[in-house]
Amino acid sequence: MSAIAAPAASGETRHGTELTLVLFAVVLTLVCFTSVSAAYTDALPSGLLEDGIGFAALAVAAHVAVRWLAPYADPVLLPAAIALNGIGLVLIHRLDLAATTRAHAAGQSAGTADAPLQLVWTVIGIVAFVGVLVVIRDHRRLQSLTYTAMVVGLLLLVLPALLPASHSTVNGARIWVRFGGFSFQPGEIAKLALEVFFAGYLVRKRDVLALAGRRVLGLVLPRARDLGPVLLAWAASLLILTRESDLGSSLLFFGIFVAMLYIATGRRSWLLIGLVLFVAGSFAADHYVAHVHERVQIWLHPLDPATITNQSYQLAQGLFGQATGGIFGTGLGQGRPDLVPFANTDFIASTIGEELGLAGLMAILTIYLLIVMRGLSAAIRTRDDFGTLLGAGLAFGFALQVFVQVGGVTRLIPLTGLTLPFLSYGGSSLISNWILLALLLRISDAARRPAPELPAIPDESATMVTRR
Amino acid sequence: MNRPLRHVAIAALLMFAALLINSNVVQVVQASSLRANPHNVRVLYSEYSDHRGPIEVAGKDVARSVATHDSLKYLRTYPGGAAYAPVTGYYSLVIGASGIEQAEDKVLAGTDTKLFFKRLSDEITGRTPEGGSVILTLNPKAQQAAYRGLHGVRGAVVALDPSTGAILALATSPSYDPSTLSTHNSAQINRTYHQLLHAPGDPLIDRATSETYPPGSLFKIVTASAAFSSGKFTPNTVVPAPTELKLPLTDVFLHNFGGESCGGSTTVANAFRISCNTAFAGIGLKVGIRALAAQAKAFGIGSSLTIPLPVAASQFNSTANPPNTALSAIGQYDDALTPLQAAMIGATIANHGVEMAPYLVAQTQAPDASVLSRAQPHVLRRAVSPAVATEVTHIMELVVQSGTGVAAQIPGIEVAGKTGTAQHGTASQHLPPHAWFVAFAPAQHPTIAVAVLVEDGGSLGSDATGGAVAAPIARSVMCAVLGC
Repeated sequence: MSAIAAPAASGETRHGTELTLVLFAVVLTLVCFTSVSAAYTDALPSGLLEDGIGFAALAVAAHVAVRWLAPYADPVLLPAAIALNGIGLVLIHRLDLAATTRAHAAGQSAGTADAPLQLVWTVIGIVAFVGVLVVIRDHRRLQSLTYTAMVVGLLLLVLPALLPASHSTVNGARIWVRFGGFSFQPGEIAKLALEVFFAGYLVRKRDVLALAGRRVLGLVLPRARDLGPVLLAWAASLLILTRESDLGSSLLFFGIFVAMLYIATGRRSWLLIGLVLFVAGSFAADHYVAHVHERVQIWLHPLDPATITNQSYQLAQGLFGQATGGIFGTGLGQGRPDLVPFANTDFIASTIGEELGLAGLMAILTIYLLIVMRGLSAAIRTRDDFGTLLGAGLAFGFALQVFVQVGGVTRLIPLTGLTLPFLSYGGSSLISNWILLALLLRISDAARRPAPELPAIPDESATMVTRR
Repeated sequence: MNRPLRHVAIAALLMFAALLINSNVVQVVQASSLRANPHNVRVLYSEYSDHRGPIEVAGKDVARSVATHDSLKYLRTYPGGAAYAPVTGYYSLVIGASGIEQAEDKVLAGTDTKLFFKRLSDEITGRTPEGGSVILTLNPKAQQAAYRGLHGVRGAVVALDPSTGAILALATSPSYDPSTLSTHNSAQINRTYHQLLHAPGDPLIDRATSETYPPGSLFKIVTASAAFSSGKFTPNTVVPAPTELKLPLTDVFLHNFGGESCGGSTTVANAFRISCNTAFAGIGLKVGIRALAAQAKAFGIGSSLTIPLPVAASQFNSTANPPNTALSAIGQYDDALTPLQAAMIGATIANHGVEMAPYLVAQTQAPDASVLSRAQPHVLRRAVSPAVATEVTHIMELVVQSGTGVAAQIPGIEVAGKTGTAQHGTASQHLPPHAWFVAFAPAQHPTIAVAVLVEDGGSLGSDATGGAVAAPIARSVMCAVLGC
């Protein structure tokens, strides 16, 4: 852990490191872009220069914004996100090419390409990223928005369930808000709002949640009335699951809540209660919710001849792709990731496994792990409890989302409908992840900023300074 | 808060460790079994983008791969078209492969072990691996004559070189163009395949090898062979030839074709020439079911074959009771032959009683034209003695000279043949009969044996006979090879 989560000493700015890594991420993206083009046309991509300069400008702009607005922030977080976003763009472009080829072979005209739109989303995402850094100069200001965040988060969460299906359902999952040509997944933003709410709420209630209770068999069990919040979160998760058919978000919200509750209180009994509720919820869902039961069956028997051409087709084809990729992959543009339905959203991990191989998939996972560990590290070092809780919630939620998403595609756990942060095609996901990154950078900046003249928690930081 | 936060960090690490270990399991440990799964179309796609070798007939490609600009780098085309379809089969992205495309896939795809070193050097030098070529035994003139002869009817033609078993023609009708199933447009393939599956006459079925038909009087070649082999009959033996024959143990009367008389009594040779049913039913009863069954088996009836296409086994019921024995002897009851089996019976008589194994592949070659394998003609079995073969040849010549098969006469060349007009179906009186003809020529030194089947009498319908419908087709195929 220390190797990947060892930021420089507090008070040091490392702009040079960040710029180098940002440029490396840009070069990495352009190498992948060229590789796809070489595989398809044996030539350099036609717009390499323009696209390259454009993407580099975008990345450097983000870097300059961080240098200006969060000078002490961790230098690894932004380059890692740019690398993931860039590789995602290349993979989506690569799947566009495959779709065009298939359409031509079938004698149809090609559909709209997704990569240009994803590039637009990237620009908006980075603008949102800079915007958050500009508006939120101190993350503690978010604490005053605790209950506003709750209302906004819950509203966004239940919005699809309240709208008629025609405005909320895409491919069976009721997680969208659609009006005219515009559509977004409010759950992605709701997740951030609820993390703010959890952090603010738990900071206020942590004492009573941590201390009150009775000791039973070595565990301090909470009082019955303090169980309210966790039961509420659990009920909300089950509601999302049954009303919106969104297994992934349901799991994610509950997991984030229990983790933050544990961090806030340090009481293992919360973990136990969370686990019991999770297991009970899972069994009940497998038993009573038809589409959850189907997901579990697909997970257990993806190669069953009875379902391999329909229900488990996607998972089976994804696994075939990963197996075809083997250790080093087919090379970008040389596999058939397009044989997997929704390869550029749900199954982008199997595209990586097929074309970049086990090596590529492990490298991508390591980049994610880097973001998670640096985020948790910032949470530990930051000086205020709210910042610690918020940072931990954001970073752990990010980790849980990657785990549930990639775990589903690689058949570690049943498949859910989450997006892979920064890689999957889709505006809501990309923008909310850039906002998440801005919040992490804000907390990291606060953590590593030299102790202010009048420190918020003078004793603790003073002790640290004198020790050095 | 830091202690629980560190625990959460460890939990996050463990989740990533689980992901990393699991992707190792999928992409390394389970990889080979996942790749081998029949539902993994990637394997077919990658195979499809290699340069597959051609299938050749007399120096010309009847199937070949041409370079394209789409992601599947080669398109399989069939210059041989529908005429060669039952032999080449198709090679389709969507529905798999059939025919020689399937049977010789390893050579064509270049995965045959004989091509191992060639393939290895291609992989190392970065050249697109190429498949080997398959050279067929077919004679293009005979094949074209056979396919043309079947135009507009349902039926099949098989021609063999009697001394080797090499297949000179193998045609079926109706047929289809394999190119339509080998495009890169899967929607179009599915549409075409669906149409072909439901098209009248089942064009995807190779009638020559995979369907069996009642042989009718054609079977008298087998009955005559059994009779001469028994020693009880010669071509000159006089046998009863009544207008109608009461089948033993029943009140059923067997009639001659069209209710004709065969003159009350006549020689075996003459009964064969005019295809007299009552005479041959009587001969069959005298020879007995055991000798008939043994003779049928000696011609290969009941055995399946690969040429290398799989061939359905022809049938003869060796447990027939006496009335059914009489019917079996004239090719009714349970008798059923593939057109290939019928050609093999003719070729065996032509080859002095020795049956050669039929084969379609003359040789296989590596991409550099070096020979990988060459066909070795081999004997399947001896069906009759040379003396009996000579006697059967003699009576078959009479059929063409002045009997039911005069339509197969070729000026200056002696042709031996036998007609068959097989009633079939449950309401057999109303369904038009299948028309058969089996022949070989030149009768004394045969270089070609041919069998023709036309389902349901072809264009003549219920007026059809083997002599009128099938014999002219057999004649044109023989002419294509012998030159006339």
